[in-house]
Amino acid sequence: MAQTEIAPLESNTLPRQKTIWDAALRMIRRQPLGSAGLLVIVIMIFGAVFADYVVPYDPEIENFEYMLMPPGTIDETTGATFILGTDSFGRDMFSRLVHGARTALLVGFTASFIGAFVGLVLGVGSAYFGGYVDLIFQRVMDVFMAFPLVIMALAIVAIFGTGTEKVIIAITIPFIPRCARVVRSSALALRELPYIDAARSIGYSHTRIVMRHMVPNVMAPFLIMLTAFVGQAILLEASLSYLGLGVQEPTAAWGLMLQGGAEEFAESAPWVPIWPGVAITLAVFGFNLFGDAVRDVLDPKLRAQN
Amino acid sequence: MRGVASKLVATVAGAGFALGAVAAMAETPQAGGELNIVVGSKIPSYDAHIESTFGMIHPIRPFYSTLIRVNPDNPSSPTDFVCDVCEGDVPEGTDNGTTYTFKIRSGITFHDGKPLTAADVKATFDKIVFPPEGIASNRKAYFKMVESIEAPDDTTLVFKLKHPSGTFIPSVAMPFNFIYSKADLDAHGHTWHQTNINGSGPFRFVEHVQGSHVKGERNDNYYHEGKPYLDGYTALSAPKMSIRLQAIRGGRADIEFRGFPPKARDDLVAALGDKITVQESDWNCVLLVTPNHKTKPFDDPRVRRAMSLAVDRHGGSKYLSNIAIVKTVGGIVFPNHPLATPIDELKANIAGYSDDVAGSIEQAKALLAEAGQSDLKFTLLNRGVDQPYKVVGTWLIGQWRKAGMQVDQDVRPTTPFYASLRKQKDFDVSIDFNCQSIVNPIADVSKFLPTAGNNYASFEDAELEKIYDNLLRTANVDEQKILIRQYEKRVLNDLTSQMITLWWYKINPHRSYVKGWKIAPSHYLNQSLDNVWIDKEEKKRHGL
Amino acid sequence: MYSYIVKRVLMLFPTLLGAAIVVFLLLRLIPGDVCMLKFGGEGGYVDPEQIKMCQERLGISDSKIEQFVDYMIGFATLDLGVSMWTGQPVTEEIWIRFPLSLQIAIMATLTSVIIAIPLGVISAAKQNSMTDYLVRAFSIAGIAMPSFWLGILIILGLLIGTQAWSGVPWMPPVHYKSIFDDPAHNLSQLIWPALATGYRYSAVATRMTRSAMLEVLREDYVRTARAKGLIEQVIINKHALKNALLPVVTIIGIEFAFLMGGLVVTEQVFNLNGIGKLFVESVTQADYTLTQALVMLVVFIFVLVNFVVDLMYAWLDPRIRYS
Repeated sequence: MAQTEIAPLESNTLPRQKTIWDAALRMIRRQPLGSAGLLVIVIMIFGAVFADYVVPYDPEIENFEYMLMPPGTIDETTGATFILGTDSFGRDMFSRLVHGARTALLVGFTASFIGAFVGLVLGVGSAYFGGYVDLIFQRVMDVFMAFPLVIMALAIVAIFGTGTEKVIIAITIPFIPRCARVVRSSALALRELPYIDAARSIGYSHTRIVMRHMVPNVMAPFLIMLTAFVGQAILLEASLSYLGLGVQEPTAAWGLMLQGGAEEFAESAPWVPIWPGVAITLAVFGFNLFGDAVRDVLDPKLRAQN
Repeated sequence: MRGVASKLVATVAGAGFALGAVAAMAETPQAGGELNIVVGSKIPSYDAHIESTFGMIHPIRPFYSTLIRVNPDNPSSPTDFVCDVCEGDVPEGTDNGTTYTFKIRSGITFHDGKPLTAADVKATFDKIVFPPEGIASNRKAYFKMVESIEAPDDTTLVFKLKHPSGTFIPSVAMPFNFIYSKADLDAHGHTWHQTNINGSGPFRFVEHVQGSHVKGERNDNYYHEGKPYLDGYTALSAPKMSIRLQAIRGGRADIEFRGFPPKARDDLVAALGDKITVQESDWNCVLLVTPNHKTKPFDDPRVRRAMSLAVDRHGGSKYLSNIAIVKTVGGIVFPNHPLATPIDELKANIAGYSDDVAGSIEQAKALLAEAGQSDLKFTLLNRGVDQPYKVVGTWLIGQWRKAGMQVDQDVRPTTPFYASLRKQKDFDVSIDFNCQSIVNPIADVSKFLPTAGNNYASFEDAELEKIYDNLLRTANVDEQKILIRQYEKRVLNDLTSQMITLWWYKINPHRSYVKGWKIAPSHYLNQSLDNVWIDKEEKKRHGL
Repeated sequence: MYSYIVKRVLMLFPTLLGAAIVVFLLLRLIPGDVCMLKFGGEGGYVDPEQIKMCQERLGISDSKIEQFVDYMIGFATLDLGVSMWTGQPVTEEIWIRFPLSLQIAIMATLTSVIIAIPLGVISAAKQNSMTDYLVRAFSIAGIAMPSFWLGILIILGLLIGTQAWSGVPWMPPVHYKSIFDDPAHNLSQLIWPALATGYRYSAVATRMTRSAMLEVLREDYVRTARAKGLIEQVIINKHALKNALLPVVTIIGIEFAFLMGGLVVTEQVFNLNGIGKLFVESVTQADYTLTQALVMLVVFIFVLVNFVVDLMYAWLDPRIRYS
């Protein structure tokens, strides 16, 4: 995982149960940073969902007449306006940025949700069944946890080709063991609780016990991992695209917009690399602020200090 | 290659041109100084007989000599070859063009001190042309016409050919034919040179730190009088183009030998003004679009022609050429070569070359509709290299879009890209390329023959084979022109079996104190560095 | 305790074996091989015979089982073989890159400590103040900024800045020299990536310092110290920080180990010839032997560090059950 330059996640202990609304209200009151993060996320989601209505141009239309125009360019004759300038294919930077948000969120949310959810199921299941199942499962998770992410991504791209779905797969795989591990340690404690024992002795099915009694009780670490993943996924997508292993032209994606010509022509056209970099930073910043806040609210150890 | 007259080769005029370096010619070379080169590719091994990348030519070539080479003072000419370890002029064929006798210079020594004789050159070409069982040789196929190689004495080398061939001398001049010492081959075997260096070139090997740099120092015993001028050089590995560019900008490197896009050249000139000299040339490389004729709907010539029609090459030449290392509109033959079709003829006869862009797009749409493919969607396989592959790929997608085609790009690292294109052939449409060192059109256009080993379009066409066969049999340049036009029209228009995009355009901006190096139409050529020198006064002006 | 250690050591092996199998299979699933790449060159005709010969020489055409057995025997006997791309011994290829990656890891870790500890302490001492928020925002920004973007800005800034200032543009050296041979060259090359990476890695350590400090500040002895009327400064420096350091040191140790595995993206941006760049190159060149060795190296560092961390926690916290 070191290769991804994503810092290792801290593990979390089992928190007390709380209703969602309670947590939300608490957060807005106590977490100004988290709320700022949330604001960034909301703006981003709005842009991504309504991208087609927000942007002035099709982000993939090449228009060489307007190659590398600086921000604020207005063509007097046609009235074409490029508030953030254009890239080396004459495509509108603003339109590509907004559509890039769509790619970033698609990858970020899909990879995090699938990764965290599969991790949740595997982690709880492993803890519930225990014994050899747990032992073997733990070793498999260790392998995927230790396996260098970029190598995994490179291999996936080399085998299946590039594209948004493949990037999602490449990012999801390493998320699974990370979530599973945290969830499992919370679930291990649950397994010994009397009511689980009771449920088992009544003869409830494994699925029912796991889904109805154990999963709800590990929602806190799950949610903490989930929010932490989104920012990481966006950053990973950008890194992979920058390395040429992620989303491909002509799709609008922030990491891709930083690569190739953006870098080569950065001196005379600095706006081309600057905007996508700012967008990535802001987005990940927003998700991380929000994620920290979620952690503070859900993690009783930290909350007690406030 | 029967019938390709050497006369043809002799009549071919220079195709490249150089800017900026003209004034340098009158100056007297100065000895001394170190040259820093940035190289964008890696060194797989030191044995040029088995390698084919400029990544090893740029750093390693200066350690070795070749039998003949392109004239370092006139490298833009595809026909001006001069002796390197041989003496006098490059020999003409005798015995009806089937015997070539080279006189080898005496007094040449390898870097280990042993003398270089005709026996060493023979051993070298034996390794290239008739490699022993189990030994690889990448360019064996270029020497199919060679029957035997003999060295009757220390200064005579005789090639006997099975039949006369116009491609023999250009093949001998290829920069990959490093001369090895027979003693080394005998003592260490034929794979020793992959990891060891003992040449007779202008520079001696000092060190190679894998992934970092190669260092060479002046060979004081070099046989070309007074050369080399440099005390030494360092070839720095820098896979990213932006780093190579910035290295020249920031004084970490003096020159890069592959090529930069015009925008990068302009940025450098804007930042450093007259401290940058720019040399430019047409480049003997071209990207092709290869549709897979085995998959639907690319078995339909109407679909393929529509794809070619939708590409506005003249617009690309005007705009795309600013950001990519491609520029010149041409057919299947290296532009400006006497055998190349003039642009007006291309415009009139070949789909996709017309000036009437809107008309071409309408035609493309009509053809697609006729083929029932109005909403054609496909995936373009491309190689994970920015310049020019990905840039051209993205441009093509934008062009096709204008005729209603929806195209995705699947960019793969080189290894799986090759596997998909060449072995599995599981692509719809792929980028392919034709990139040669010595300009040799009749050999180069064999790429478009359906039976050629390196044509991946998977189709058959008896007529193309027939035309090419006739082309090989005629020695008459006018006839060759006619045949090559027919061949070209069949490939690009009638069948549209493959499409030409734009020919590459080589731009080498370098620090103006680097003198003596002249651009060639290939990044493989003229890389001995023996005539390169550094103008010390000028370098001081750069603050370096 | 001892049986716990033995058990934990035994568990390392399945992980290593699992990683070996995964990398082995992944590499072979990638279409194409190093021979196709070498002979592919620039589009010329390739004799299939040549490719076959090359594959036989490198053992790529052997059955997968034979190849795997060779690979395992190689590891067992610590003979990693030669790189399929360069023909040089794998250990040598890695050794060339190792000093650079090690030095960056050290410099980046130092940078991150210098940033993290003071910021974390200030942030905890002024909990929920404007200072706290600013510090936290600054440190999170470090994680949020893509390292390659920061790298691009740094290089460009240096070029433009130095030219404006002295008339002669300057950029960091593009090739590595050992700090013992040429310290000025070495430091002027590595300081930039170390700063960029250190800033990035300081974020987690800052957060850890902050929360560890907060925890310690609430402990009884700190309260006692406060009650005794010691000034806040002394309490923080003398009593609290010392006790809060352990988890911080742990997290820094883990980060250091990860940094040694190389920095794929940062090494690309700054043209550093380190383990990370070697990694990408060896995979893209389908260099099976080298990639396999590198993956095992990184996985080994990973499991080793985890092992040490687990042991430390087990040793420090008797509540952890050795099961």
